[in-house]
Amino acid sequence: MASILPQVLNLFLQFIDSFGFLVLSAIGLAIIFGMMGVINLAHGEFITVGAYGTALSFHAGLPLPVAMLVGVALTTVFGLILEFTIIRRLYGRLLDSMVATWGISLIMIQGLRIVFGSSLPSIGTPLGSVQYGSFSYSTYRLLLAGASLVLLGVLYWVFTSTDFGTRARATIQNEEMSRALGTDTNRMYLLTFGIGSALAGLTGALYAPTMTIVPGMGSTFLVEAFVTVVVGGASVLVGTSGAGLLLGFINAVFSNLFGTFAGRMALLVTTILVIRALPRGITGLLEDVRGET
Amino acid sequence: MAGETTTSVDRSTSDGMLGRLRKALEGPNTLGQGRPFWLGFTVLVALLLVYPMFRSSYYVSNTAYLLVSAFLGLSLCIVWGYTGIFSFGQVAFYGIAGYTFGIVSINVTGPAGTMAGLLVGIAVSGAFAFLVGYFMFYGGVSDVYVAIITLAVTLVLNTFMGQTAGEEWAVGAARLGGFNGMTEIPSLALGVGDAAVEITDLAFYYFVVGALLLTYLGLRVLVNSDIGYVMVGIRENQDRTELFGYDTQKTKLGVFTFGGVLAGFGGVVYASWGNYIDPSVFGLTFAALPIIWVATGGRKWLSGAIVGTFAVTFISQKLSVFGGQYSLVILGALLLFVILILPEGFVPQLAKKLPALLDRTGGGDS
Repeated sequence: MASILPQVLNLFLQFIDSFGFLVLSAIGLAIIFGMMGVINLAHGEFITVGAYGTALSFHAGLPLPVAMLVGVALTTVFGLILEFTIIRRLYGRLLDSMVATWGISLIMIQGLRIVFGSSLPSIGTPLGSVQYGSFSYSTYRLLLAGASLVLLGVLYWVFTSTDFGTRARATIQNEEMSRALGTDTNRMYLLTFGIGSALAGLTGALYAPTMTIVPGMGSTFLVEAFVTVVVGGASVLVGTSGAGLLLGFINAVFSNLFGTFAGRMALLVTTILVIRALPRGITGLLEDVRGET
Repeated sequence: MAGETTTSVDRSTSDGMLGRLRKALEGPNTLGQGRPFWLGFTVLVALLLVYPMFRSSYYVSNTAYLLVSAFLGLSLCIVWGYTGIFSFGQVAFYGIAGYTFGIVSINVTGPAGTMAGLLVGIAVSGAFAFLVGYFMFYGGVSDVYVAIITLAVTLVLNTFMGQTAGEEWAVGAARLGGFNGMTEIPSLALGVGDAAVEITDLAFYYFVVGALLLTYLGLRVLVNSDIGYVMVGIRENQDRTELFGYDTQKTKLGVFTFGGVLAGFGGVVYASWGNYIDPSVFGLTFAALPIIWVATGGRKWLSGAIVGTFAVTFISQKLSVFGGQYSLVILGALLLFVILILPEGFVPQLAKKLPALLDRTGGGDS
């Protein structure tokens, strides 16, 4: 019994860690997708911008939390500029907008490499680790899982209790009608893209201390972000948190048993199996259940 | 082909063998039509055939590489351009086939091994495409999901191959090699025993030219057949095509699998060309390249895919010599430019302008 307890605890901590990683990776992508139907293939690079902003300002002497805010702000401005100059022109051309964001992604990866070289000095994970039995777990990573929960809560509040949230949901449900009722949908799209970018930047800022900061680091988040969005479906909060729970559990079990790569592989296989049964993801499942009752 | 028999009455009335051949090769789904096009086409093929006599073996080998890439471009063109399946994972099939070819041909020595490697490589990539395609198309997921799932599959393969550096990651005598890649892959050889010919250098060049020629003509027949019409129908409006009674899921799965086979052939030939393959074929950057080629040339046309592949690869090679690190930035910008300004690509635009241009210069050479 005494030997099994740390094992169980380990699995549990790994689960909340994966949950946090999946949710934080996906949330920016999911908001833009849920609202505009666009998959931002430069999502990984938005995260990278957040991490770069954080690392650069940290090394310039700012305290870490302030540096993180700088990273988020930088990514938000960056996202708004891109929406205003490029994404805006591609509304109604869903697939073309994906290809365009891929072009942006290529430019950004190589651009960062040209400007800042092949890597930035790392920040170092703060807060040490928790010990239990023969295992230990980084406190900071566990804090990130908590951050993902707080974030989901804040977004729930934004979408249900603010004027913006109401208008945003109206735009998702019926764009023409909400425009007729006086919502500037173009502005909604701009704001949504800004929020999505800010969240991607936040992800980058939060994970910057735990990773090596290289131009291609965004691709480490991409697979997780993709599978979470696909399994979750179009509904941002319910879908993302549901997918986070399911995939986080699967990821924790497989990583624990067979190593990190197996965990990743299991995510992908699960996703491919899920789309066969639930092409609209958890969102679709919930809608069907609600429709029947 | 089903289309051949149903319309054969119509076709036998035209002037003999050659006319019938032209009927099969021409249609609304390909750009080049009529005598001037085929004349130009013949000249182009002739130029490709005599090219090695005028350039050094380095250039010939490099041109062969450009031609190999065209298989990847064509597979994406068929899948994305003609059928509207947004696959970001053609490079996955390319890489899988390349690795499989390496594994088989290293383990089974001699020409038989390389020929088996060719077949097994293509079969494995085709089967993999079928499997992924089955779950996507019969699940009925949206186009956007197809794009991210194919890309996720590719990226996971990249991680997988990247962590295979250890000794334990070997299939028989073939070590997967992690990020250093799989080395000492034999060159493709055709024939039996002493009569076998190793396909290297000049032979490789002609092998690729011949294969590409056959593929191009075969695909022209395909896209102008009834199946091709269904493919374009799915691209333009899947629901309508389905309401007309076509099994769109089956067609999409078929096309996707065929695209996997075509990309797989390219991957085998690529591994044989360099005697080497590494996980970067599954990387985000390499995955973007076919999209750039095909979008730039004109994704809805076979000629657009080939010209785009050839031109963009050629330009990016020149860029990496002169522009160094800026080459990827320029490629990304090119993709943005094409999507924003010229969504149909360059080749259809040229094809539209060409007749007027020829008129202005007094008839031109055709």
